[in-house]
Amino acid sequence: MSEMGAEVYYQKFHPEGNQFHPLHFFSGPDSYTLLDNVSCASYGVNVAGIIRAPRGDGKESIVLVTPYDFINGGDYEALSLGITGTLFSLLARVTWLSKDIIWLVADSRYGDYRPVAAWLTEYHSPSFKDSDLLKCGELNTADKFRRAGTMAAALVLKVDGRSERFEDTLSIYAEASNGQMPNLDLINVVNYLAVHRQGFYVKVEKVVSLLSSSWLKIIGEIFEAVGKLAHTLNPDWNFGIPTADYLEGSATLASSLYSQALGIPTGPHGAFRDYQVDAITLKVSPRFPPDSKTRQHDFFLRGAKLLEGTIRSVNNLLEKFHQSFFLYLLTSPSKFISVGVYMIAFALLVASLPMVAASLYIDGCKALNNSTLNPAGNFKSWKWLDAAKQVFALHLFGLIVTLLPYFICQVPGQHSPSNRSIMWGTTSSSLLLITFATIPGCSPFSSRRHGTNWAVLKSVTISAAFIGLCLMSIINFATAEIGALLLVPTCLIVQPIKPALRSRRIKSLLGAFCSMVLLTIGFPVMLFAISKGLFGEGLVGLSLGGEFWTWLESLWAWKSATYLYIGMVHLPCWLLCLCILFHPS
Amino acid sequence: MASLVRSWIPLLILQSFLVAVAFGSKEAEQFSEALLLKPLPDRKVLAHFHFENRAPPSNSHGRHHHLFPKAISQLVQKFRVKEMELSFTQGRWNHEHWGGFDPLSSMNAKPVGVELWAVFDVPQSQVDTSWKNLTHALSGLFCASINFLESSTSYAAPTWGFGTNSDKLRYGSLPREAVCTENLTPWLKLLPCRDKDGISALMNRPSVYRGFYHSQRLHLSTVESGQEGLGSGIVLEQTLTVVLQPETTSVETNMQPSWSLSSLFGRKVVGSCVLAKSSNVYLQLEGRLGHESKNVDTEIEAHKLWKNADFDLSLKPDRVLRESSGLLFIFDIDKSSDSEPFDLGLNWKLPSKWSCQQAPLQASRFLMGSGNERGAIAILLKATESQEKLPGRELTDGRCTIKANIFQIFPWYIKVYYHTLQIFVDQQQKTDSEVLKKINVSPSTDKVSSGMLEMMLELPCEVKSAAISIEYDKGFLHIDEYPPDANQGFDIPSALISFPSHHASLDFQEELSKSPLLSSFKEKSLVRSYTEVLLVPLTTPDFSMPYNVITITCTIFALYFGSLLNVLRRRIGEEERFLKSQAGKKTGGVKQLLLRLTAKIRGRPIEAPSSESPAAESSFLSTKLIFKIILIAGAAAAWQYFSTDK
Repeated sequence: MSEMGAEVYYQKFHPEGNQFHPLHFFSGPDSYTLLDNVSCASYGVNVAGIIRAPRGDGKESIVLVTPYDFINGGDYEALSLGITGTLFSLLARVTWLSKDIIWLVADSRYGDYRPVAAWLTEYHSPSFKDSDLLKCGELNTADKFRRAGTMAAALVLKVDGRSERFEDTLSIYAEASNGQMPNLDLINVVNYLAVHRQGFYVKVEKVVSLLSSSWLKIIGEIFEAVGKLAHTLNPDWNFGIPTADYLEGSATLASSLYSQALGIPTGPHGAFRDYQVDAITLKVSPRFPPDSKTRQHDFFLRGAKLLEGTIRSVNNLLEKFHQSFFLYLLTSPSKFISVGVYMIAFALLVASLPMVAASLYIDGCKALNNSTLNPAGNFKSWKWLDAAKQVFALHLFGLIVTLLPYFICQVPGQHSPSNRSIMWGTTSSSLLLITFATIPGCSPFSSRRHGTNWAVLKSVTISAAFIGLCLMSIINFATAEIGALLLVPTCLIVQPIKPALRSRRIKSLLGAFCSMVLLTIGFPVMLFAISKGLFGEGLVGLSLGGEFWTWLESLWAWKSATYLYIGMVHLPCWLLCLCILFHPS
Repeated sequence: MASLVRSWIPLLILQSFLVAVAFGSKEAEQFSEALLLKPLPDRKVLAHFHFENRAPPSNSHGRHHHLFPKAISQLVQKFRVKEMELSFTQGRWNHEHWGGFDPLSSMNAKPVGVELWAVFDVPQSQVDTSWKNLTHALSGLFCASINFLESSTSYAAPTWGFGTNSDKLRYGSLPREAVCTENLTPWLKLLPCRDKDGISALMNRPSVYRGFYHSQRLHLSTVESGQEGLGSGIVLEQTLTVVLQPETTSVETNMQPSWSLSSLFGRKVVGSCVLAKSSNVYLQLEGRLGHESKNVDTEIEAHKLWKNADFDLSLKPDRVLRESSGLLFIFDIDKSSDSEPFDLGLNWKLPSKWSCQQAPLQASRFLMGSGNERGAIAILLKATESQEKLPGRELTDGRCTIKANIFQIFPWYIKVYYHTLQIFVDQQQKTDSEVLKKINVSPSTDKVSSGMLEMMLELPCEVKSAAISIEYDKGFLHIDEYPPDANQGFDIPSALISFPSHHASLDFQEELSKSPLLSSFKEKSLVRSYTEVLLVPLTTPDFSMPYNVITITCTIFALYFGSLLNVLRRRIGEEERFLKSQAGKKTGGVKQLLLRLTAKIRGRPIEAPSSESPAAESSFLSTKLIFKIILIAGAAAAWQYFSTDK
C-alpha cells in the first residue's frame, strides 16, 4: 500500500469473548473495556491504509473494508482483496477525491465483526493508557495509528462462493444492531450502479421457505386478480402486481423484518452503525470458478467499477445523506416501505388495546359492584389496584428472569448450554412459585372468589402490554411489530376457561381453544422452535433448550433489545394471560 | 498616439523610480521578487514565490506611492495596523514528507481556509473595533468572506500561545472558506507588475490550482522610523507556496521525476519585472553534502556541483551557497530575454532519497466519541525520528525538556469542560503539575464569544508520545444561526502547536546574501505546525419543517374560508326548492347514486340527468366541493403527520 502513496499502519486487537453485563444494553460502544489479563497467545492484526485527498481538507473519509484471513484465506477472499487493492491504487492517482479513503484489511481469523469493531473502537475512543497487547510480537504498532476525520460512509466487500444464477450476483446486507438501518440512499446508489451500469443481479436476503408456500401464492394470485380487475375498471389504477413479485417481496420483507427484529447485525457493517456511520456489506458471487483466469478480468473490472462509482457518489456529496431515510423495510433492492406506511399497520393493531382495556374496565367495575356487596363505595376508583399489584409483581418477576443468566454465567465450572438452560428454567419456575405463594391474589389457583375480577385484571394486562409495545416500537420497530402480531390477539382473545367449559357453547369453546393455541405458541421457547422450523432448519428435539440458550446468549452478546423485550414485556404478559385463562371465576 | 503614451508610461515610472533612487536611497520604495524551487522527497516539487515591497518611512510623498500598493498603505494608516498576516490555503501541508523544521514550512504551512491575525497600534479599548473594520476592508479587497471574522464568536485574543506576546493581537480563522482564483487576482493586483511580467508571469492558474497544496500569504509590518515627523514605513511580504506533481513518463518508482519550469507551470520566464530591484530564482536541494566544502572556489568543483552523476541542471547557476543541510543554487533572471527565455530544468540521473527535517513532535488532532452526545478532542504529539538531532533542548533542574505551546480556539457551540483535561505522556497519565508549565483558559460565552485554550507543555526529551484529551458537550443553535450546509457538520479551527525553544533558520556559510527571501530565511523563526480541521456533527433541525407548517396552515385557511364563503353565498330559498324537488323523485335516488359510483370508478365525468334543475345542480356541487376539500385536507393532514413522524 505504501507503494501507492498511502499511509499504512498495523493495529493489534484482542478477540474478546462474549460477556454479558446487565447494564450494558443501551450504553454506547465506548463501554469497551480493556481486559486486564491480556495474553499474547491470540491476537489479530488489522492493516489499514489511508489515501489523503490531494486538495481535500481531511475532514471526512470513506472506509473500504475487506475481511481477510491471513492464514487460511481462500481464493475468494484473495479475489476481494485484489479488487479493493486495484481500486485503491486507482484512487491514489485520481484528482477528484475530496474525502480521504481508508482501506481496512480486517483480520477475519476471529470472525468478520470483531476486528472491524476493534478498529473502530481504536479510531473513535482510544485509550491512551499502556496496554500489554502492544508488547506482543515483533510488530511494533504503538503510536502508529492514523485517522482521517469523520467517516461519511463505509463499504464492506466480500467475494463469496459461486453464484447459482447465470449472472454475477450481488447481495446487499444492511441490518445493523437493534434493527438500525443505514441510509436508504446508500443502498439505492449501490443498487442503481450495480443494475444499470455493471449488470449485476442484485438481491437482498429473503426467507426461502416462503417462496414455495402455497397460501402466500394464493394471496398473491388474489391480489393480482384484484389489480387486473381494477385496471379494467379504471386504466389509471395500476396497483396490481404479478404473483411472483408479490411472493419475492413478501419473502424479502419477512427476512428484513426478522433480521431487524433479531437485532443482530448481518455483517461487519453493523460495527459502523454503532458510530452513526452508514455502512453496508456487499457480497459478490462470481459466476465462474475462482481458478478460471479468463473471466476474472471481467469480474475484476465490474466489481471495481461498482465500488469506484459508489465511492465517487459519496465523495461528491457536500452534506451527509438526508436524515429522513433511516426508517424503512426493504421488499426488494429497489423497493421499500417507508415508515409512514408501515406504522399504520402497527398503529391499527395496537389501537384496539386501550379501547378494549377501557371497555373491560367499565364492565369489570359493574360486575364487581353487582356481585360483591362491598361497603367501601368510596374506593370505587381503586378497583384496579389489586390487579395492578399482580401485573406489577409479574413484571418484576420478568425483570429478575431477564437478569438471571448473568448470575448463571457466574456459576463456576464449565456447563453445556442445555445444562445452563435447565438451571435457568428451574430457578425461574421456582421463583414463579415463590411469587405466587407470597403475594396474595397473584395465583390463578387461589380459591378465593372475592379476588380480583378477571375483567379488571385483563384490562390492566392489556394496558401494560400496550405500554410495552409502544415503548418497543420506538426502540426496535420490527420487534414490536412481530411481538404485537403475537401478543395482541392473545391478550384480546383470552378468557377464563372454566365458564367456557361449563357453558358448552360452540362459540365459547372455540374461544377457549383459540386462546389455548395462542398461549402455546406465545411461550418464548415454543416460539423459537417454530421460527426455527419456519426458517428451514428443522426442529431440534431434546437439544432445544441448549439451542435456545445459545440463541439468547447471542442476543445479549449483541446487546439486542429484543432480549429485553422478551424478558420484560412478552414473558410477563404471557404469564398474565395464563393467569386469566385459569382464573377461577 | 495612445500606444505611444502607453509605451512611455513604464519608462516614466522607471525614471521617477531612478530619480527617487538618485535622490536618496533611504527613501526609495523597493520591490523585489524571488522564486524558490525545491524538490521534495515524495516526488513532488515545491515552488515558493516571494515578493517584497518596502515603503520607507517618509513624508515626502505624502499619501502617494510609486510602487507600493495604495490600498494596503491606506489600510495600515486607517486601522493603525502594526503587523498583520492573511493567508488563503487549500490542501494540507504534509509535515512528514515536506518538512516541518525549516523556515519555509514554519512560515508557509498554514491551516486550511483563511487565517488572519493582526496587531494594532491603538488603545486597548479600540482594538476590537479596529479588528472589525479591518475584516470588512480585507473582505472587500480580497473577494473573500473574511467579514465573518467580525463577529466576536469567531476570533480570539491570544496572549502568549500564538508566539507573539501582545495584548493587542487578534486571531481568527475560517476553515470552510473555499480558495480560488478570485482570491489570487486581487492579491496579484498588489504587485507592481501584476502577473504580466517577471516571475509572477509563471502563475498559470490551472497549473497553480492543480497542485497538492496552495497557500497565498500576505504579511505586512510597519517599521518605526524613530524620527520625529516621519510616519512609519511598511514592509509588505507576499508569498505563494504551491506543491506540484511533475508529470513523469518513467515507470521507475524510486526515481525522482525530472522537471523544468515550463513543464511545471506551462510557461517560461521571459525577463524580470522592470520595477524589481532584484529578481532571482533559487533552487534548494536538501541532503546533498557529499562534497567537501573546502575547495569550492575551483571552477571544476563548482561545475561538479550542478552537473554531476546524480543530476544536472539545464542552466549554469550564478552562485552556489551552502547551508547546514543542503545546497542553494542562485540564478539571476535578468539575463533572459524573449529569444532566450529562462527555463530552469532539473534532470535526475540516479535514484536518490533523502528526508526532510521534521519538527521535534508531530501533532495530530482527532475527535473521540460519536453521535450527538458528549465527545472529546484529543491532540496527539508523536516524537519524530529527527528529534534527537535537533538543537533547542533545555535543561531545567537537570532534566532535558522540550517545550510545546498549544493554542486552540473553540467555537461556543463546543462547550468544553476544562476540568476534564487529561495528559498522557508515554501512555502514563500525568498530573497537570508534572507537565503543564503554563495554562491560560478563557471560557466561551454562549452566542457571545469563543473559548480559547493556551497551554505550555514541558515534556522530557526522550518522550515518545504525548496525548491531551479534553471533553466537550455540543450546544444547540438557533435556527437562523445555522450555516447553509449545516448537515455536513461544524468545523473546529486548527490548533497551533509551536515550539518556543526551537527556532528554524538557514545559516549560510557565506555572508553575501542581500536578497529579502534569503534574509527572511536567515531570521530565526518559531517552529510551528497546524493540526487538521475537525468536523463536529451537531444536531440539526429538520429544515423542511417550516414548509410543513406552511402547508398545514394553508390547508386550514382554505378550509375556513371555503366554509365561510359557502355560508355567505348560500340561499335558503333555493335550498328549500331543491329539497322539494328531491322529495318529488325519491325513487330515483338509489339508482342515481349507483350511476354516480360506477361513473366514478370508470373515471368518466358524471352525465348530469336533464331532469335536474340547474340551480339544484349548482347547490349540490358546492356541498360536494366542501366534502372534497375536507377529504383532501384530512388526507393531507394524515399524510403529513405520518411522513414527518420520525
